[in-house]
Amino acid sequence: MATTNQNAGAPDAIISVRELRRRFGRQQVLDGVNLDCPAGQITTIVGPSGCGKTVLLKHLNLLLRPDSGTIVIDGVDVTALSGRLKNGVREKFGMLFQAGALFDSMTVFDNVAFPLVELTRMSKSEIADRVEEVLTAVGLKGMEQKYPSEMSGGMQKRAALARALIRRPKILMLDEPTTGLDPTRTHQIHELVRRTQQQFGLTAVMVSHDVPAVFEFSDRIAFMHQGRMALNGTVAEVRAANNENFELFLAGRASGIDEPRRRGPIE
Amino acid sequence: MIERLGAFVIDRVTALGAFVIFLAEALLYLLAPPYKPRLAIRQLRSIGAESFFLVGLIGLFTGMVLGLQGYNTLSRFGSEGALGTVVALVLVRELGPVLAALMVTARAGSAMAAELGSMQATEQIDALSVMAINPVQYLVSPRVLAGIVSFPLLTGLFDVIGIWGGWAVGVGLMGAPNGPFFNGIKQNMGPHDIAIGLYKALVFGVVVMWVCCYKGYNAQRMATGVSRATTEAVVLSSVLILVWDYFLTSVLL
Repeated sequence: MATTNQNAGAPDAIISVRELRRRFGRQQVLDGVNLDCPAGQITTIVGPSGCGKTVLLKHLNLLLRPDSGTIVIDGVDVTALSGRLKNGVREKFGMLFQAGALFDSMTVFDNVAFPLVELTRMSKSEIADRVEEVLTAVGLKGMEQKYPSEMSGGMQKRAALARALIRRPKILMLDEPTTGLDPTRTHQIHELVRRTQQQFGLTAVMVSHDVPAVFEFSDRIAFMHQGRMALNGTVAEVRAANNENFELFLAGRASGIDEPRRRGPIE
Repeated sequence: MIERLGAFVIDRVTALGAFVIFLAEALLYLLAPPYKPRLAIRQLRSIGAESFFLVGLIGLFTGMVLGLQGYNTLSRFGSEGALGTVVALVLVRELGPVLAALMVTARAGSAMAAELGSMQATEQIDALSVMAINPVQYLVSPRVLAGIVSFPLLTGLFDVIGIWGGWAVGVGLMGAPNGPFFNGIKQNMGPHDIAIGLYKALVFGVVVMWVCCYKGYNAQRMATGVSRATTEAVVLSSVLILVWDYFLTSVLL
C-alpha cells in the first residue's frame, strides 16, 4: 500500500522529512508532511496548484524554516541550522528554479562558472574544463558567450541545469522545470534530467504538475494534497493506490484548486 | 478592533525591525570574509563615477543661481563683498550634501531598487542563497560601501563646481568685487563647516543605499512589485534625506 503518511522511512533515504508544518498567516500550507527520497532516484512531487509543493521544496533547500517537524538531509538534521552550517549542507545540492534564475547581467559561461568562481579556489583552466563538461552534458556547448536574454526558454533552463550541476552535487532539486515550455521541449527537459541524473549519479527531487508525463521517467511519485502527502511510493504503487483525490487530480478535477484553502485553528 | 490594531502595530514594529537588521547585516558583512573588492569597485563606478556629470551640472546651476540671488539681495545692503561667503557657506553646509544626495537617489538609487527588485522577482536572490552565497553580503554590502565612499566625494565636487558657478555669475556677470569673493570664503569658512557637509554626505550615503537596497530586495513577486519598490525607494530616500538633514543640522550646528 502506498499511503505512507505513517511510513517509517526507507533506510537509504538521503532526504527524509517528518511531520513538517508551516503556516503563513492563517493558512496552514504544510500540515504534517512526511517524505522520503531514496538516494540515486528521481522523486517527483505532484499536486494541484497551491497545495504546498513549492513551499515544501523551499524548506528542503533551506530557504524557509518550518514551524515544526524535521528535515534530515544526508544524515544531517538541517531543520534548525543557521548561517555557515546551512551553507555547508547547501554545497551538497544544486537547484534548478522555475524560471531558471540565471543572472541576466552575465553570459552563459559566467553564469555556469559562478559557483566555482565565488566559492572555490579552482584555477581558470580547471573552471573552463568543468564548464565545458556540464555544458556538453546539457547540450549547450558553443553557447558560452550568449546572454540569457538571447536564448529561448528551453535553453535557459538547460543553462540553469548546467549551473546546478557545476559543483557536482549529490542532490538535484528542480522546481517545475518545464513550466512555460511546449510538449516537445518538456519531453526534452525530462529526458535531460533523467540522463544527467544517471550520468552524475544524483538523487533528484522535482516539483512538477506535468502529469502523467512525469510518470515515465520518475522512480517515485509523491502526491501532495492540502498540505499533506496523500501518496508516496513508486510509480506503480501510486498508480495502483486508487486514491480518490489523486484520480481527480489526474482527471484535471482535483479538489483544492479553486476552493478556499484549508484554515488551521486561529491561535 | 483592538485585536486588529494590535496586529497592525506588531506588523509595523516587525517591519521596522527587519529594516534595521537589514542595515546591520549589510554593515557587518562588510567586515566579514570573503572580501570581494571588485564588487564594490563595480558599484563605485555605477553609483559614483557615472553620477559625476549629473552632480557637476546640478552643482554648476545651483551655484549660478546662488550667485544671482545672492548678488541681488546683498546689493540692497551694499554688501556685495560678502557674496563669496554666502555662496560657499550655503553650498558647503546645506545644498551640496542635500542636492547631491537627491540627484544620486534619482539616478542610481532608483536603478538599484529596480535591479534588486527584478532579481528578487526572478528568484535570482534565492538562487544566490541556495548556492551558499549570502545575498546581502554579495549584493547589498558593496553598494553600501560604495555609497559611503562616493557620497562625500560627489558632495565635494558639487561644492567646488557650485562655488565656481556662483563666482562666474556674481563676479563675472553681475560685477561683484573679485577680491573679497575668495578672501571672504578663506576668512569665514572653517574646517567645521566642511566637516558638517561631509558628515551629512556620509549619513545620506548610508541612508540612500539602505533604503533603495531594502526596497528592491524586498520587492513583491508580481508585475507591480518592482515599480512599487522603485517608487517607494525614491520617495522614502528623498524624505529621509530632508528629515535627517534638519536633525543633523540642529545637532551639528
